Parts: sequence; C-alpha cells; structure tokens
Amino acid sequence: MSISLLLLIVAVIGVAGYLIGSWRANALAGGKLSNLHSRPGYYGSFVAIWSILPAVVVLFVWVIASPIYISSTVRAGFPEEVKAEPQATQNLNYNMISAIARGFKVLTAEEREALFKDGATARDVLASKGVPVAAEPAPYMLKSADDLNRMTTTSSTWLSILVVIVAAVGAFFSYRSIAPKFRARNRVEGMMLVGLIAASSIAILTTVGIVASMATEAIHFFNMVPAWEFFFGTTWDPRFAAAGATASAGQFGLIPLLAGTLYIGFVAMLVAVPVGLFAAIYMSEYASRHVRSVAKPLLEVLAGIPTIVYGFFALVTVGPFLRDISAQLNGLVTGNYSNFIQAQSVLTAGFVMGIMLIPYVSSLSDDIITAVPRALRDGSLGLGATRSETIKRVILPAALPGIVGALLMTASRAVGETMIVVLAAGVAARMQLNPFEPMTTVTVKIVNQLTGDLEFTSPQTLVAFALGITLFVITLCLNIYALYIVRKYREQYE
Amino acid sequence: MSQVSTSPSMATLGAASKPERRDIGLRGRYAAERRFRLFGMAAIAFGLLFLFLLLFTVVSKGYTAFQQSMITIPVEFSEQIIDKNNERATNPQKLVSANYPVVARNALAKVLGVSEDDRAGLKAVNGMISDSVRVQLRDLVTANPSIIGTTQTVTFLAHGDLDSAFKGQIDLSVAENNRKISDKQVGWMNTLAESGALSKHFNTGLFVNGASSRPEAAGLGVAVVGSLYMMLIVLVLSLPIGVAASIYLEEFAPKNRFTDLIEVNINNLAAVPSIVYGLLGLAVFINFAGFPRSAALVGGLVLTLMTLPTIIIATRAALKAVPPSIRSAALGLGASKMQTVFHHVLPLAMPGILTGTIIGLAHALGETAPLLLIGMVAFVADVPGTPLDPATALPVQIYMWANEAERAFVERTSGAIMVLLIFLILMNVGAILLRRRFERRW
Repeated sequence: MSISLLLLIVAVIGVAGYLIGSWRANALAGGKLSNLHSRPGYYGSFVAIWSILPAVVVLFVWVIASPIYISSTVRAGFPEEVKAEPQATQNLNYNMISAIARGFKVLTAEEREALFKDGATARDVLASKGVPVAAEPAPYMLKSADDLNRMTTTSSTWLSILVVIVAAVGAFFSYRSIAPKFRARNRVEGMMLVGLIAASSIAILTTVGIVASMATEAIHFFNMVPAWEFFFGTTWDPRFAAAGATASAGQFGLIPLLAGTLYIGFVAMLVAVPVGLFAAIYMSEYASRHVRSVAKPLLEVLAGIPTIVYGFFALVTVGPFLRDISAQLNGLVTGNYSNFIQAQSVLTAGFVMGIMLIPYVSSLSDDIITAVPRALRDGSLGLGATRSETIKRVILPAALPGIVGALLMTASRAVGETMIVVLAAGVAARMQLNPFEPMTTVTVKIVNQLTGDLEFTSPQTLVAFALGITLFVITLCLNIYALYIVRKYREQYE
Repeated sequence: MSQVSTSPSMATLGAASKPERRDIGLRGRYAAERRFRLFGMAAIAFGLLFLFLLLFTVVSKGYTAFQQSMITIPVEFSEQIIDKNNERATNPQKLVSANYPVVARNALAKVLGVSEDDRAGLKAVNGMISDSVRVQLRDLVTANPSIIGTTQTVTFLAHGDLDSAFKGQIDLSVAENNRKISDKQVGWMNTLAESGALSKHFNTGLFVNGASSRPEAAGLGVAVVGSLYMMLIVLVLSLPIGVAASIYLEEFAPKNRFTDLIEVNINNLAAVPSIVYGLLGLAVFINFAGFPRSAALVGGLVLTLMTLPTIIIATRAALKAVPPSIRSAALGLGASKMQTVFHHVLPLAMPGILTGTIIGLAHALGETAPLLLIGMVAFVADVPGTPLDPATALPVQIYMWANEAERAFVERTSGAIMVLLIFLILMNVGAILLRRRFERRW
C-alpha cells in the first residue's frame, strides 16, 4: 500500500473520529449542552487528534527506520569475501542489488525462476525490460535482491496493518474516554500549544541545521586542507582541472576573496551611505507629507527589485557604460582610446550594489531619525538654530548609535550579496587596490565551486562550505552587534 | 511648530533694524541651510533616477521580446527528401529522423527564387530559418503522415539573427563581415516582409517553451511552472508554521531564556545571506536526505526556511497591533486563552499577516542565489509534471540567459525580467490593496 493511500486512510479515520466524537458528546448532553464540560467540537477534535497523531508518528518512524534495517539485514547476508571488501565497494554492490530488485518487480515469476537457474543472462534480461544494471551480477546478488524485495513487501504490509491498527486503537480509546465531565477542551488546547511550540522551534532547528551542516562539511575540508592555509593563504587557485589528482591539491587562500568582498562592500557603502542618509534626512525633516508619501514608497521599490535584475543592469548597462566612458576620457586626455575601467570591475559591482542598498540605509535611518524626541528638535530650533544646524548638531548625534546599527546591518547585506557580484565583479581572485579592475568575492566563489560537476568529497567543492561558514559568522557578528547597539539606543528614550 | 520655524525670519527683521552688531553670519548659515536641503533633494533624485534608469533599461531592451518574427510560406513535404525509398510503413523511425530542415530550406529558397544548385545561396537561406523547424515539421508529419507529397502553408520561427535584424537591432552600417546577417539576407528579409511572408507575431513561445540553446525557441515555460510549484510549497509550509510560531511567541511564550533564544535567532535568520540557505539546502536536503537535485521541492523547502523569519516578524507585528482590550473582553466573557487567540485576535490580525506573507512570497520569488546551489541551473526542456522533476525558476532562467553570449538573448533576458517584475508588481499591489481594504486602526 502506498504511503499516500495510507495517509488518506488515516485522514478518513480522523474525520470519522471527529464526527463520531461530536455526535457522542451531543448524545451525552441530552439536549442540554451545559451538561458538558466542553463544546462538542472539542470532544470530536480530541478523538480526531488521537486517531491521526500516533498513526502518523508510527508511519514516519517506520518509513525512516525500515530501509536502514532492511539494508543492514541484506548486507549481513553478503558472502564473507564481499564483507571483507572496503565500504565503498559494498555500497556499490548494494546499489546494484537495489537496481536488480527494481528489475525483478517488472519480471514475471517464471522469468525470475529462469534467472536463478541461469544467472549469466540476468543483465541482458533486465536490460530488455528497461532496467540497466552496471555489471553482470554475481549469483549472491540475485538472492539478495530477491530478499530485498521480499522484505520490502513484508515491511510495507506490516506498516499498513500497524498504522491502521494504531489509528483505530487511538480512535477507540479516545472515544471511550468521552464523558460529560471529561475536560476535552483543556486536552485539545494543550496539544495545540505543543504544536505552536514545535513550530517556533523550527527557527532554532534552522540555525542548528545551518551551523551543523556547514560545520561538518567544513571539517571535512579542513581535514584535507589545513585551516591556517585557508584563513591566511593569499593565493586562491583551486585547480579544477586537477581535481581528484592528489599531487596538486590546489591552494585555497581566503584572503583575496575577503579583500574583494570588503572592497566591493566598501564602494557600495560609499554610494549608499551618503545618498541614503541624505534621503532619510530630507524625508523626515524637510519633505511635505505629500512628497514623502510619493518618494518613500518609490525609493523602497529599489529594495523590492530582485538582485538578479541589478546584476543584469550592471552587466549590460553600467559596466559597458563605464568602460566606454573611460575609453573616451582616456582618449581625450592621452589620445589613446583604450579603456582603463573594465566592464566587470569593483567599481561596477560596488556602484550597483550601492544603489540597491540606498533604501535599506534610508528607511532604517528614517525610522531612527523620526524616533528622536520632538523636544530635542524644538529646543534647538527655539534657540535660533537653522534646520540643518539642528540636524547636524542635535538630531544626528542623538541618532548616531541607531544609525551606526543600521549601517552595520546594511554592511552585512553588502557582504552577503551574491547575484550582483556574480554577474558584475568578475571571477579573478587577486589582491589589488585599483577599483577599475575586476576582483572576486566569497559569494562568487561559493557559486563557482558548487555549480560544477565535482564529487562532494573533493576539497574543490567542500571549500564552499568553509567559505559559507565564514560568511555566516561575519554577517552574524555584524548583525548581533548592530542589534545590540540599536536595542541599547532605544532604551535611552523609552 | 510654525512659531518655531518662523523664528529665523524674526531674527532677520531684528538684524535689519539694528545693523552690524547683530550680524551673526546669517547669510552664510542660510546658504548652508539651502545647500543641505539641496543635498537631500539630490539624494532622493539620485535614487529615483536610478530606479527609472533600471526600469527603462529593462523595458527598452525587453519589450521586443514579446514579439517574434515568423515566416509563413507554402512548404512542399517532398517525398524525395523525407522518405526517398518509401520505408515509412516498415520503419517508423524514418519519419522521425528525416531531414526536415532541408524541406523548410527548399521551400524558402523557392519563394526567394534561389536555385537548388547555388550552394552558397542555399546556405544563406538556411541561416534565416530557426533550427526549431526540425521539430515542428517532424511533429506535423508524424501526426499526419498523409501530408507527405503535398504542399501546406506553414508558419515557423525565423532564425534569431534574422529576428534581431527584422526588429532593427542589428546595426546595418557595420561592415558585412562583422555582423551576423549578410546584405543578401537583408535583401531577402525586405522582400519577404513586403510580400507579407515575414511578419511579427505575439511571442507565445516565450511563455510556453522550455530551455533551448537557440534564442528564438527559448522560453520561460519551465521556469514559470517551477516558480509556481515553489511558491505553492512556500505558501503551504511557511504560512501555517510562521503563524503558529508567531502566535506562540507573541501570545503564550513566557519570558525566559528559551524564548529569548528563539527571538534572537529569528532576527538573525532574517539577516543571514540567502546563499547560506542554499548551502543548507544542499547539505541537508540533497546530500543528507537524498532529495533529487534541481527539483522544485528542494527549492521550495529552501525558500520556505528563508521566508519564515520574514513572515514571523510580519505576523508578530500584526498580532501586536490588535489592542489588548479585545483580549481582555474575550477573556472576561469566559473564553480560554486559546479561544481568545484563535477566535478573536487571529481573525483581526489576518490582513496584516496576509500582507506580510505576500511580501515574503514576492521576496522568495525573486531570490536566485540559493537556487543556484541546489542545481536549478539546469537545461530543462520539458515542463515538470511534479515538484520532484527537474525544473528551473524565473530568476534562475534570467541568470542563465544573462550569461548567454548571443545578442538575441539580451532581449529575452530583459523580457524575462519584465515578466518577473510584473509578477512582483501584481503581488505587491495585491498586498497593498489587501491592507487598504481590511486594515483597521484602533
């Protein structure tokens, strides 16, 4: 019986349980609902939950555990000489057995019998049925495959029986417990609360998942490449072509990538911070309500545009424009019309990223500037300061911690930004100070290392996880520090 | 406020009546004020200018992608070419592998009056027809073999270069050797256009077709379906989980270390770079749990995890906005805490929750980086039937097309961006309308 059908059956039992439970409660009330502790629907829900929940848990556990159990039993049945082989070979053998087992399902019983008598043709017979097998199977494989099929079928049958029984038993006992004094509502609400807590733990699980998955893969990587070579190496040369060859492992130096990330982020902040701050100041202090209601949402549209669109904009418009204009400038000054700004460069990527970050800076700082108490403003204006003097000498100093927090959050976005730099920053990992040349970033390299076809055991791909955890830690520190500053600042005026 | 703001002008009046001694550099200070104000306006103008430039670039490069040049001519399904030895009754493979491009080429050559012996001419004619004609004619013939030997009027795609030239995107003043289309072909193009055989049609292929290495035959069909699957998965998973988590944190959670931890966590997860979620998906869903690569299911799960913090933060804000008096009233009438929340607070907060969810979904729809890592950068030609089949997504398709070298792909990329932006605009307008329509202020 397929899992979905089984789930459907459980659901039907649950719905039936709900209906019967409510009906039973109604009957017990004898026409006067106040005889009951809870409303009839709660009794129904109680029955439904007890029918569905244990059955689904059993199903879930079984579906995870049974393949593991079957696999270990089948492996235990391997001949001794096969067991002596390395683990990787055994895995290959097991995969082959699963393929044969799949093939057996499309054969008739006679054909299967014939195969056991004359094992040599198994591969051809299976291939003719559209099931490719890597090599001619050894005789023990046919037997194991047969065992595998038998156990899978048995497991599936027992699962179906067990799940239906559990659902029915749950429904029966919960139905039996229905009585006018029974506190069905409290029970149901208790279970709902557990569900709510479970949902909010997913946030924690995600973080644990991020850290655990990246840490394990990164540890694999650090087993192959020493950590200090990664964190302090100044050469990035993963040598894709030589991947797998042990002699030339490639060099994985983080420093050039980090330099590129920070440089591009710095250029982006150079664009975003002045523009964003001035926009925020103008909107919160000068703009009329009407201008503000138009300009603020329009600026925030910039934050809603997907980053891939910015990347495309950088690739086809900003990059070529900077390249051509640099060629023209060069021609005007020196007479030599060759461009000194590359189409893919730190400047292109940083500038476009800066535009993307404008709304982050402006709306975060806008909130903070507006939160500065009115009294400070009025006091300064009352003393005869102009508005700009009030802003520069009173409001900005008061809002400074918050603004620094906002800028840190923006910086963490700049560090983690991917699509713009993938399209506009280039892939050459080098350390230099010329903003007109391409550089590369941590995120670009994560994408580059993982969009190839390499095995997950090579350092060339595993390095992506080491890069990822570095990125995660950097952004995490920036954010925690920013949150800390913002919180501390907020408390001042509340 | 008005009192305060007029105070400088009163100061000027005072300065006028008593000169010299009261001169406190007002002229300079007012100039500074004006400069400062100007900087503010310039900053906003700068932002809006680039918003406009960005949209203008996309639209001006992309609007032509919604039209496609097609050639409509009579095509003779010559038995000589398709099935010379009359084998089709015994060998059905014959009709599948026949040389259909030659059929189309000869038909076009006939219309243009190119002799069948003029090899260079035939080659140039061939360069005007899309390679996709092979599949198109093959499907026509296999569906109805009786058309072999007859002449039918067929509309097929023009080659990408001809398409660009016909839309005026190829600079004809460039030397002939340096452009993709020769003078002879341009002449033919004009002849065909005058006779009405070459014309622009609405480009349905852009919305229906899957991936193709030929720009004229490439479409967003697979990407749109993939994105749709992912959005459905994100909606189905993240809305209930997000709402449940927010209800717990906002309404039930005691103030202790565990809930503090969850809060800090959620705030940080909202700021984790999206590419990190891609790494998580790769390690957990693909390597550990063994889900297929490139599948919309994995993409949906990764985007769900990425969207959850956004939805939780929006939902909590919406729940917070419901005034405590509603809760007190419900509790006072004897409702339990759970009944209060689910019967009164949640319905009142629903518009805010849905608005937040739609915005979260729009964000997820435009996200590219995590999808690159879970193998959605794939050449998928067939529309996926289930979320487990290989698929791409709209932004990933844009990324892939942006990396293509051919001129005609720039137009397609911009067109695809327009499609993506239209989806995003629709979602955001939906969110705004929802808020306008249902939002209550207490």
